[in-house]
Amino acid sequence: MSGTPSSTTKTRISSFVLVVIFVTLALSLAALIFAVSVLDQNTEATWILLLLGFLGVTLSTYVLFQTRRRLSKLRIVVPPVTTTIECKKCGFKNVREFQRGDYIFKELEPCQKCNDKMLITAIYREVKEKQKERFPV
Amino acid sequence: MSLLSIIASIAGLQNGIAQGPFGDTSINWILNVLFYVIFVVFIFYGQRFQMYVMLREVEGSLYKLKYIREEGRKIAVETIKEIGKPQSDPAARVDRFLEYFTIGPQSLDPAGIVWKLEHILDVRDIRFKDEVKLMAPAADETQANNLENTLEAAMALNFIYKVIRHYYLLGKKTLSLYVIMQIQMILPMVMREAEAYASALKAFAYGQPIGDGAGALVAAKLMHGQETRKIAKDCVVATIPFEGRTAYVIKAEGPGGDVGKPGDAVKAIIEENEGKIASVIMIDAALKLEGEELGELAEGVGAAIGGPGVDQYKIEDELVKYHIPINAVIIKEDIGDAVSPMRKEIFDSIDKVIERIKQVILERTKEGDKVIIAGIGNTIGIGQ
Repeated sequence: MSGTPSSTTKTRISSFVLVVIFVTLALSLAALIFAVSVLDQNTEATWILLLLGFLGVTLSTYVLFQTRRRLSKLRIVVPPVTTTIECKKCGFKNVREFQRGDYIFKELEPCQKCNDKMLITAIYREVKEKQKERFPV
Repeated sequence: MSLLSIIASIAGLQNGIAQGPFGDTSINWILNVLFYVIFVVFIFYGQRFQMYVMLREVEGSLYKLKYIREEGRKIAVETIKEIGKPQSDPAARVDRFLEYFTIGPQSLDPAGIVWKLEHILDVRDIRFKDEVKLMAPAADETQANNLENTLEAAMALNFIYKVIRHYYLLGKKTLSLYVIMQIQMILPMVMREAEAYASALKAFAYGQPIGDGAGALVAAKLMHGQETRKIAKDCVVATIPFEGRTAYVIKAEGPGGDVGKPGDAVKAIIEENEGKIASVIMIDAALKLEGEELGELAEGVGAAIGGPGVDQYKIEDELVKYHIPINAVIIKEDIGDAVSPMRKEIFDSIDKVIERIKQVILERTKEGDKVIIAGIGNTIGIGQ
C-alpha cells in the first residue's frame, strides 16, 4: 500500500476541442504579430488587435492547461493506512503500514520486550484537513 | 490570401482608417455588427448553447465514471486472481457478475412484503457467495466475504456509469434540455458517491476496516477477550458484565466483510430471555450533514440500522411485542468516509461512544438488569 495514485488514465481530449484551441491560438498569435508589425502606425485598430491577440493567447493556453489538469486528476488515490500493534502486558507500541491480512484484534508475533503476544489495536487512515471554511453561524 | 492579409483587411489597415456607415471606424462597425449578430443568435439558440455546455459537463464526468468503473473491474479481477487462484481467467465471470440485478417484491399488496424482501435478499446473498466461491476457489471465508464486497462495489460503479450514460445519450438523442438538466443537477452528488465507491474498492480488496464499521468496532471493543457464540446468520454475541448489568453485545462476525443479520440476533436474545430485557442500545454510523464534524456523536431513540429495512422491521416488531425501550447512539460521517478506510476521527470516537453507552445504561436501567448492545455495520477488518 502506498499513498501514490494506483494508476493514470489514457489521454482523452476531444479532437474538436483541440482544433478549436489551436486555431484560436494561431489566430491570436497572427493578430499579435501583425499588430506588432504595424505598431508604428499607432492606430486604434493596432491596439484592438493587440488586445484581441493577448486575450486569445491567454484564453486558449488557459483552456489547454485546464484540460490537462482535469486529465491528471483522473485517478483513484489510495490513502495510506496505518496499523497500530500493541503489547497489552508491557505497553510496547509499534505503528507500521497496513499489510494485507491485518485486522483489529488480530494476535501477532510475540513482543520484542516481554515475549507476550502482541495485538493489532487500531487500523485507520489519517487525512490532513484543508483549512476549513468559516461560516457566520 | 494569406492569414495576415485577411486579418488586415478585417481591421481595415490596408486602406487606412475607413469610415463606417454610422460615422465610426470600420473596426467599430464590424464589432457593432458582430454584437448584434451574437445578440440575435443567443436569442434563438441561447438554450441550445446552454444545453451543449451541460452536455460537455456530463460528458466529462462520464469519462471519469468510465475510468473509475474500469479500475473497479480491474481491481476485482486482480484481487480474485491473487487470492482465489482460479484455474481459468475470471474476467468473463466478473463481467457477468457486474450485470447481476435484483428485482424487489411486488408492493401492490404490501402485507408480508418484508418476508418476501428478506427471501429475495437471502437468495441474492447465497448466489453471490456461490459465485465468489466459483471465481476464487482458494479463498477462505474471510477473503471470500471481502471479495464479495469488492465485487459489490464494482457492481455499484458499473450501475452508476450506465445510468449516467443512459441519460447523457438520451439527452443527446432527444436534445431535451430537461433530460440533460436533471442529470447535470445531480451530477456532483453522483460523482461523490462514485468516488466513495472507488476508494472503497481498495479497502474491500485489502480487508481494511471502513467507516461504516464504527458500530461493529464499538461492539468488538466491548466483547474483546470474552467468549462469543453464534446467535444468528453471520452474527455473534458475547455476554459481558457491564456496570452491574448483564450486557449482550452483538456484532456481525468478523473480520470478513459482512453486516450479518442483527435483526435475527436481537430477536433471538430477547426470546432467550423471554422478553426480560431492560433496554436495547444500537450503535451505528449515520450520514452527517455538511458542516457537522466527522465522528461527532448523537444520541436518540429508535432502531439505528440502515439497509433495506428487514432487520429494522424485525427489531421493532420484537420490541413492540415486549414493550422494550430502544436507544441509539450514532457516529456521524459522510458517504465517502463510510465506505473508505476508517478515518482516525472515527476511530477516536469509539471510546467516547462506549462512555455514552455507559451513561445511557446507568441512567436508563437498574443494577441487575439485562441489556442488549448491538453494534451495527460492516465488520470488514474488525475481529472480536
